[in-house]
Amino acid sequence: MSAALAIIALTALGALLLGLRASRGRDMSLEQWTVGGRGFGAVFVFLLMAGEIYTTFTFLGGSGYAYGHGGPTYYILGYGCLAYVISYWLLPPIWRYAQQHRLISQPDYFAAKYDSRALGVLVAVVGIVALIPYLVLQFKGLGIIVATASYGAIPSAVAVWIGAAVVTAYVMVSGVRGSAWTAVVKDALILAVAVFLGVYLPIHLYGGFGAMFSAIQDAKPGFLALPAKGESVAWFDSTVLLTALGFYMWPHSFGSIFTARTDKVFRQNAIVMPLYQLILAFVFMVGFAAVLKVPGLTGPSIDLALFRVSIQTFDPWFVGVIGAAGVLTALVPGSMIMMTAATLLANNIYRPLHSGGVTDQSVTRLARWMVPVVALVAVFFTLRGGQTIVALLLMGYSFVTQLFPALVMSLRRHNPLSSAGVFAGIVVGIATIAATSLTHTTVASLFPDLPEALRDLNIGIVALVLNVVTLTVVSGISRRVPSARSA
Amino acid sequence: MAMIKALAALPFLGILVGSVFLNRVTPLVLGLPLLLAWLLLWIVLTSAIMAVIYVTDPANRVPSPRAEPDA
Repeated sequence: MSAALAIIALTALGALLLGLRASRGRDMSLEQWTVGGRGFGAVFVFLLMAGEIYTTFTFLGGSGYAYGHGGPTYYILGYGCLAYVISYWLLPPIWRYAQQHRLISQPDYFAAKYDSRALGVLVAVVGIVALIPYLVLQFKGLGIIVATASYGAIPSAVAVWIGAAVVTAYVMVSGVRGSAWTAVVKDALILAVAVFLGVYLPIHLYGGFGAMFSAIQDAKPGFLALPAKGESVAWFDSTVLLTALGFYMWPHSFGSIFTARTDKVFRQNAIVMPLYQLILAFVFMVGFAAVLKVPGLTGPSIDLALFRVSIQTFDPWFVGVIGAAGVLTALVPGSMIMMTAATLLANNIYRPLHSGGVTDQSVTRLARWMVPVVALVAVFFTLRGGQTIVALLLMGYSFVTQLFPALVMSLRRHNPLSSAGVFAGIVVGIATIAATSLTHTTVASLFPDLPEALRDLNIGIVALVLNVVTLTVVSGISRRVPSARSA
Repeated sequence: MAMIKALAALPFLGILVGSVFLNRVTPLVLGLPLLLAWLLLWIVLTSAIMAVIYVTDPANRVPSPRAEPDA
């Protein structure tokens, strides 16, 4: 076993112990297990949300995309920022409503607001479908880290299995409290590692930031801005907008809204969270530093950029420290995602389909046993897939953003939408995404004669437009939600 | 207050519209590609704008509702 692998294994073990401790001595009701009993203050909710947001996606996906695509990676800086602006007004009313009605999940919220059990089930299905690629990318990240840190001794497929097993064990013992505690350790470590790598590599390898960017500009002119075609400005704007709207539509992000103690927490976080985005800039630096030093990675392999350049630069023990940070960035969000998917299956799909006669205990038990099932499905797709981490996340985003129009309208005092309209709109949006992803359709391939600015639009925006048209038309011709419900 | 809340539109303009005009690598700003420097500037400005909105928002002066502790 290499020194790197030993350090990573110890970290994973430490996280498991921390998770065990967090759960000991508490009565784990469904509400405890999933929303931490609604007792978290600003700092904890901040860490929990940051814990979910700064994931393998940022660490390996962000650096890999900077390495492989250049300028288009900047979209990651833009959408988080705008999402936090929206969150200032979006999250407090959701929290107040959830708190009054003792809701514990996103489907509960839609089902209650639109007075439709069927809509709740649909929202749960959308959530699970979107979570799978998100979980796949965490496993993919874990696989990369373990395989690379073992210096080839562990094949990547075996590494994926090991990673999935660790995350599964972690979730089954600890639930959300474990996530929050490990998030504290994880955030400290990722912050230190990202900032160090982002500063050290450009200086050590090139002599400074300016020198590095000048060298890249000379070798690949225009690589560090948006290209004229493909991932152009139109792609950038539509993707930033789509992902900013979808930011809190993920079932687990939505779920972490419920963990807050007061609604002020969200307004405070809207000030601090954008600054947290600055870490991303350091992660990008690592990817950019790799551009001229470890050339030749293409396709899904671009996600290896951070580790390739690290192995070339550092001793094995320090590669281990980087790997440990990477493992935690996959473990915390991975556990959150798995727990959310399992709870959705048990509480929001199984329970409504068995009206009467289902106790909270049996739902909690089922949720726990759904965890390994979800893990197996994700491992299957991980071992099969050939997509980059960023492509996987964007696919998930296209799905969850379809919930945004119905959510925003549900916050109005008099909601003009009917549950049938919302249902139809979401189905049309999801069907559009599914059809275009399976057939690899883009706006450009559908309408080759459109001007470039329209051809490069993110296909998720097209689905969103169809969704809005459908929900407006169907709401117009079907029954309206009683106004007492939409207060 | 309404005027101050309108400040929240600025990050959208800066990030979505500004990028159309500043989509360039050079000149490097503090050693960074121009578009990257522009977006990083907006991260800091967004935080500052949200702080101004927070301080002036009357909603943050009244004691906010709390979740009831669990049984």
